[in-house]
Amino acid sequence: MSRSTLRSVAVPLAAVILGLLIGALLIVSQGASPVTAYSSLIQGGLGDGDALLRTLQKATPLIFGGLAVAFAFKAGLFNIGGQGQLLVGAVFAAAVGFGVDGLPTFIHLPAALIAGALAGAIWGGIAGALKATTGAHEVIVTIMLNFVAGNLTDWLSANPWKDNSGNNIVARTPLVEDSATIPTLGAVPVGFLLAVITAIGCWMILERSTYGFEVRSVGQNRNAAHYAGIKVGWTMASTMAVAGTLAALGGAVESLGVDGRFEAGVNVGLGFEGITIALLARANPLGVIPAALLVGLMEAGASRMQFKAGVAPELIDVIQALILFFVAAPMIVRWLLRMRQGDSEQLRLGAGWGNS
Amino acid sequence: MTDLLLAARNVTKQFPGVLANDDVSVELKPGRILALLGENGAGKSTLVNVLFGMYRPDGGQIIIKDEVVDLRGPDDAISRGIGMVHQHFQLVPPMRVVENIVLGAEPTKRGLVDLDEARLRVVELSTKYGLEVDPDALVEDLPVGMQQRVEILKALYRNADVLILDEPTGVLTPQEADHLLRVLRGLTETGVGIVFITHKLREVLAIADDIVVLREGRVVGTTTPDQATESGLAEMMVGRSVVLRVEKQAAQPGDVVLQVDDLKVNDDRGQLAVDGVSLQVRAGEIVGVAGVEGNGQRELVEAITGLRHASSGAMAIGGKPLTNSSTRQIAANGVGHIPEDREKHGIIAAYSLAENSVLNRYHRTPFSSRGIMHREVIYEHAQSVVEEFDVRTPSVTVAASSLSGGNKQKLIVGREFSENIKLLVAAQPTRGIDIGAIEFIHRRIVEQRDKGAAVLLVSAELDEILSLADRVAVLYDGKLVDVLDANVATRERVGLLMAGITD
Repeated sequence: MSRSTLRSVAVPLAAVILGLLIGALLIVSQGASPVTAYSSLIQGGLGDGDALLRTLQKATPLIFGGLAVAFAFKAGLFNIGGQGQLLVGAVFAAAVGFGVDGLPTFIHLPAALIAGALAGAIWGGIAGALKATTGAHEVIVTIMLNFVAGNLTDWLSANPWKDNSGNNIVARTPLVEDSATIPTLGAVPVGFLLAVITAIGCWMILERSTYGFEVRSVGQNRNAAHYAGIKVGWTMASTMAVAGTLAALGGAVESLGVDGRFEAGVNVGLGFEGITIALLARANPLGVIPAALLVGLMEAGASRMQFKAGVAPELIDVIQALILFFVAAPMIVRWLLRMRQGDSEQLRLGAGWGNS
Repeated sequence: MTDLLLAARNVTKQFPGVLANDDVSVELKPGRILALLGENGAGKSTLVNVLFGMYRPDGGQIIIKDEVVDLRGPDDAISRGIGMVHQHFQLVPPMRVVENIVLGAEPTKRGLVDLDEARLRVVELSTKYGLEVDPDALVEDLPVGMQQRVEILKALYRNADVLILDEPTGVLTPQEADHLLRVLRGLTETGVGIVFITHKLREVLAIADDIVVLREGRVVGTTTPDQATESGLAEMMVGRSVVLRVEKQAAQPGDVVLQVDDLKVNDDRGQLAVDGVSLQVRAGEIVGVAGVEGNGQRELVEAITGLRHASSGAMAIGGKPLTNSSTRQIAANGVGHIPEDREKHGIIAAYSLAENSVLNRYHRTPFSSRGIMHREVIYEHAQSVVEEFDVRTPSVTVAASSLSGGNKQKLIVGREFSENIKLLVAAQPTRGIDIGAIEFIHRRIVEQRDKGAAVLLVSAELDEILSLADRVAVLYDGKLVDVLDANVATRERVGLLMAGITD
C-alpha cells in the first residue's frame, strides 16, 4: 500500500476506532460489558453463514446508495435524493418482476433490473436537468423528489400494483416471479456481487474514461471545464442520471433479491444511509465497499448484541453518527493522531452549496 | 521626533518547505518612501504581512516608532498607526464611500453611527491630501483608481503614519499611476512613511527614496534611485543579467486569420462591455490590445474563444464563421488560448500536470480512443511539454497546485503550443510570474508569430504590449479607440488613448 493510500485510509479508520471507543464508554455507562457487546455484534454479523448473509444483504443497498452519492460528488453535486431514487427503482423493478411471466431468468431478471435502473435514471436526471437548465439547486430538488417518490410508490403499491391475494390490506405488490428473483450462492447474495462489480465499474469510469475526466473536471473547476470544451450542463445532468441509476439498482436488488416484492415503508431511510457511506469512503467508489460492509455488519449484528449483552440496538446508530462526525471533522482526528495536514484529497462537504 | 517609523530586524519566517524570509532587515524613516522590489515569491508579501501583524515572525524583531513590538494581529498594527492597501481591495462594493472608510471605527452619537460627523472628517482628509472622492458615491460605481483612493483614505482615517501599498499601480493607467505617485509624495511631506511594493522598475526609480531588493527570501541589495539603473535592478532581482527588450524581426503579415466585425458582448451583469469592436489579425503579426483593466478586454477575449456569447456582430477564423461557437469548435479550428486567469480557466489545481497537459485535448487521439484515456501517451506528452517548456516540477504526476505561478503558466503555454496553431489568443500571459518565465514566454510568443501564427495579445502591462506588439489596438469603455503601428505607439500616446482621450 502506498503512502498516499495509507494516508487517505488513516482518517476513516481512526474515525471508526474512535467511534467504537466512545461507544464502549456508553456501553459501560449502561452497566454492560463492551467486550461482550462487541463480540456478540461481530458474532451476529459474521459468526455463521446466516450472519454473513445478513451482513452482505444489508451492505448491498448501502454500496449502491454510497455510489449514488459518491459519483455525483465527483461532479461537485450533492445527491440527497438517494431515498427517492431507490424507491422508484424498487417499485418499477418489482412491477416488471411480478407483472410479466413466462420469460426465462436471463431475460426476465435483467429486464426487471433495467426497469428499476431507468426509473432511477429519470428520477436523478430530473434534478440534474433542472440544475443544468435553470440553476435549481440539486440539494433542494432531490429532497423534494424524495417526497414525490415516497408518495408515488405508496400509491402504486396500494392501488394499481397492489397485492390482492387473500385478504391482504398492506400496501405492497405481489411477490415477483421466480424468473425475476436474484439468487443467492451459498452465503453470498448475487446482488452483493453485482454491487461490488458496479463499484469497480464506477471507479473505472471515473478514473479511466473520458466521461469520467469530464465529470471530475466539472466537479473540480467548472470554469476550467468550460474552457476545456466540456459541456458542463450536460455533464451535470447525466451525472445525476447515473447517480439515480445507482441508487435505483440498490432498490431493485432489495425488491428482487431480499424482500421478493415492493412493500411501502420497508425501505424507508435506506437511501439516506448512502450519504454516510460516501462520506466514510471519502467519495471513493472502491472505498464504498468496505464502508458499506462495516455499516452492514453493525446493522446485522445489532439484534444479537441486544440479546446477548443487553445493549439497546440504537447504540449502533450512535456509533455510526460518531464515526461520521469524526470523518466529517478530520481536524479533530488529525489532532488526536498528531497527523500532519497531508496532501490527501480534502473532501469538501460544502461543495455545491451556495454556488449555482 | 521618532527616528524609525517602522523596521524589521533580522526577520525570519519559515513556511513548510520554504524559507520565505531569511534574516531580512529593512528600515523606514518618517517622510520617506521605501520601495520593496523583487520577483513573485521573493518574500515581499511575507515581509509586509509580518510587518502588518498577519504573520508572526519565527525570528527577529519588529520595531514601530523606535519601540520593539510583538504584534498580535492586524488590529494591533492598525492601532499602532500602520495602514495597508492590499492588492485586492478590501471594500464593501454596495456601500457608500464614507461608510467604507469608517467601517470598524465609526464615530457614534448615542450609540448610533454618526454619518454626518464621518462625512465631515472624510472630506477634511481628502482635501488635505489631494484625494478627492465623492463621500456619498457607492463604491461599486467607482472606477478602480477611485476605489484605491478610498483604501488610502481608510488607512489615513485611522491615523496611519505608515502606509504599506501592495502593487498599487497594477490597476491604473500610466496617467493615474503618475497621479498616485504625486499624492504619495505629498503624503510624505506630512511625515508619513510609505512602503511601496512593486515589480515595475520605472516606478521605483521615479518615486523611491530607498530601494531594497529581495530575492529568495533574502535582502540582496539596498540602494537609492540615483545610484541604480533599470537593468542593474533587474539583474539584482533575478540574479543574472536579463534582456528587458524582446529581440524580434519586423513582422511579415500574411492573410487575415482573425476577423472580428462589430462585435457586441455583455459582461456578467448584463451590461454592454464590448461595444461594436471590429478588428483584424493577420498571420505572422502580433496585435496587442492595450487598455486599463475592465474596459472590455476580458469579454472580447472570452467571446473570441467561445467562453462567452456575443450579443451581436460576427467573428471568423481563417475565413470560417465561428460566432458563438463552442470552445471546442473554436479550438478545433487551430486556436490556442492562454486564459487571463490561469487558476480559474487555465488549469485544474487538483489535477496532475499530466491531466492538465491534455485538459482541452483529452477527447482526441492519441490521448484517448473510444472513450478510454490512454495514460501512458498522456504521461509521455506531459513529459515532453515539461521538458520543452522548462516547467520545474519533480514529476508530471504531482498536482498542478504544487507549482509556482510561473511554472503553471509555462505548463499552459506548453499545452497550447504543443500543436500547430493558426491563432493564438494570449490574455495577460505573464501576469504575476517571475522575470525568467516572462522572458521565456515572450520568446515563445514571438516564435509562434514567426512560424506564421496570428497573435492577439491582451495585457494590462503597457510595457509588454509595447515590446511585443506589431500593432497596438486600444480599448476604452468597450470601444476600440484606435489601432496604431508599433513604431508610432509611444507610451504617452497609448496612455492618453487608454484614458479615452483621442483629441
